[in-house]
Amino acid sequence: MDRSKRLINKIGSFVIFMGPSLIAFSCVLLIPFLYGFYLTFTDYSPISITYDLVGLSNYKEVFSDKEFWGQFFKTLRYVFYSTVFCNLLAFILAYLLTSNIRGRNFLRGGFFTPNLIGGIVLGYIWKFIFANVVTQLGSITGYEALTTSFLTHPERAIVAMIIVTVWQYAGYLMLIYIAGFVGIPKDIQEASEIDGATGITKLVRITIPLMVPSFIICLFIMISRGFMTYDLNLALTNGQPYGSTRLLSMHIYQKAFQANEYGIGQAEAIVLFVTVAIAAVSQVLLTKRFEVEA
Amino acid sequence: MKTGTNMLKYVKYILIYFLLILFIIPFYLMLINSFKTTQQFVDNPFSLPSINKVGFDNYFSAFDKMNFSIAFGNSITITTIGVFFVILTSSMAAYFLVRHKWKINKIIFAILVASMIVPFQAVMIPLVSIYGRLDLMNSKWALIFMYMGFGQGFAIFIFHGFIKNIPLEMEESALIDGCNKLQSFFNIVLPLLKPVIMTVLILDVLWIWNDYLLPSLVLLSPSERTLPLSTYSFFNTYSVDYAPLMAGIVLTIIPVLVAYLFSQKYIIKGVVQGAIK
Repeated sequence: MDRSKRLINKIGSFVIFMGPSLIAFSCVLLIPFLYGFYLTFTDYSPISITYDLVGLSNYKEVFSDKEFWGQFFKTLRYVFYSTVFCNLLAFILAYLLTSNIRGRNFLRGGFFTPNLIGGIVLGYIWKFIFANVVTQLGSITGYEALTTSFLTHPERAIVAMIIVTVWQYAGYLMLIYIAGFVGIPKDIQEASEIDGATGITKLVRITIPLMVPSFIICLFIMISRGFMTYDLNLALTNGQPYGSTRLLSMHIYQKAFQANEYGIGQAEAIVLFVTVAIAAVSQVLLTKRFEVEA
Repeated sequence: MKTGTNMLKYVKYILIYFLLILFIIPFYLMLINSFKTTQQFVDNPFSLPSINKVGFDNYFSAFDKMNFSIAFGNSITITTIGVFFVILTSSMAAYFLVRHKWKINKIIFAILVASMIVPFQAVMIPLVSIYGRLDLMNSKWALIFMYMGFGQGFAIFIFHGFIKNIPLEMEESALIDGCNKLQSFFNIVLPLLKPVIMTVLILDVLWIWNDYLLPSLVLLSPSERTLPLSTYSFFNTYSVDYAPLMAGIVLTIIPVLVAYLFSQKYIIKGVVQGAIK
C-alpha cells in the first residue's frame, strides 16, 4: 500500500515537472526527427495524397546528384574560409582588447553589435553596401575591380557571403577569446615573463596552448553555423547569380518546398545533420585530447 | 625603449579604432541614407542628408508598408511568451533531472543534450509535413509551442549544470516545514537560478526575435508576420524604392539597439556564459 502510494507520488511529480518539457520536446523535435528518417524512404509529396516506400532510392539519388555535391563542396569552402578568417579576426580583436587599452567595454560592445541583428536584416544592409556603396567607392577611387557589384559575379558573390559572415560573427567569437585570455592564470603569465618570454614568444608558447579550449569552441560554432546559414544567404544573394551562391540549407529548402520533393530534401537534410554531427563529435574528442593542465 | 612601446601603443589604438569604424560603418550608412531620396542615395551614398528635404517621409512610408506595428506586436508576443515557457518548463525539468537520478532521467538528459546538435534543417521538412496535415499551421500559438520544444535542450543543459551545485539542505528543511515539491522549487530553487535565467533569457530572446526560417514556414498570413518576415516581404515587394527600405532596416534595428544600450553588460555576460558552458 505504502509502496504503491510512493510510486504514484513519484509518477505524479515526474508528470508535473517533466511533462510539459517532454511533450514539447517530443512533438517538435524528437518525433519529427524520427519521422524524418522514415520520410527519406518514401516518395512523399505534399501535392499527392498517397505515397509509397521506395527503399534507398532517395539516398541513391542524393549521392549521385552532381548538383547537390557541387553545392555541398561550395558550402564546405564557404564554411572553411569564413571559419578561418572569422577566428583570425576575432583572436586579433580579443588580443588587442585584453591588452592595456582604454575604452575596452565600449569597443567590445561595438564589435558585438552585428550579432544582435538577424541574418535577414544584415543581408539586406550588405546588399546595399555591395551594390551601391562599394561600386561608388570603385568609381571614386578609379579602382576598376570595385565598379561592378560583387553580387553579380559568381566567384565574388561567395566572397561577399564570406565577408559578411566574418563581420557578423567576429564580435561573438571575440567574446569567447576574451574569456579565454582572461582565464589564463596570472601566476603562469608572471612566471613566463620572469623566464624572459615576452611578446610573440609568450603568445605562441604560453597563451595559445592555454587557449586551446576557446579555439575549439569557436571553431565548432563557426562550422556548425556555417553549414546552417540560411537567412543571410536568402537576403544577401538569394543563391544568385546563376545559383552560384546557393548554400546547402537553401538547396534543401528549395528541394522540399519549391520542388515538393520531401523525401529527397530530407535525405539531403540527413547528410547535413551527419556533417554537423561529425564536427560536434570531433569537437568533444579534440577538447578532451588537447586540454592542457593549467 | 620607451618611445618604442609608445609607438606600439599608438599603432594598437589606431588599428582597433579603424577596425571598429569598419564594423560600424554599415549601420551609419543605413542611417544617413534613410533620410534621402532614392536618387540622392544612388548618386552619392556618402553625403550627409540635406536638412528638411526628406525628413521622416521614408520612415512613415516604411512603417506603413511593413505593417510595422502589427509585426512588432507579433514579435513581442511570440518572443516573450515563448521565452517565458521555455524557461519555466526547462528549469522545472532540469531540477527534476538533477534531484532524481533515475535511469530513465539519465537517458532523457542524454537525449536532450544530444538534440542540441540537430540542425533545424534536419527537422523542418517533417515538421511542416506533420503540422501541415494536422492543420496546425499559421498560428502564433503553434509557433510558440515549437519554440518551447526547440528551446528545451540548451536551456535544460544550462540549468542542469547550475542546479547540480545547489546544496540540498535548504530544500530538505523546506520539506520538513511542510512544503511540497512544487513549493520548494518555486520558493527556494527558482530564486537561486536568477543568474542562469538571465543567460537563457538573453540567448533565447536573441534567437526567437531574429529567427526567420521557422516562422516563415509556420506563419503564412500577413497579419501574423513577425518583424524578420515583414522585412523580407517588404524588400521583395518594393525592391526598387531604396530609400524607404533603408528606413525600414533602421526601424527594425532600433528597438534592439535601445535594448542593447540598457543591458549591454548582461547581454555580453549571458552570451559568454552560454558559449563556454
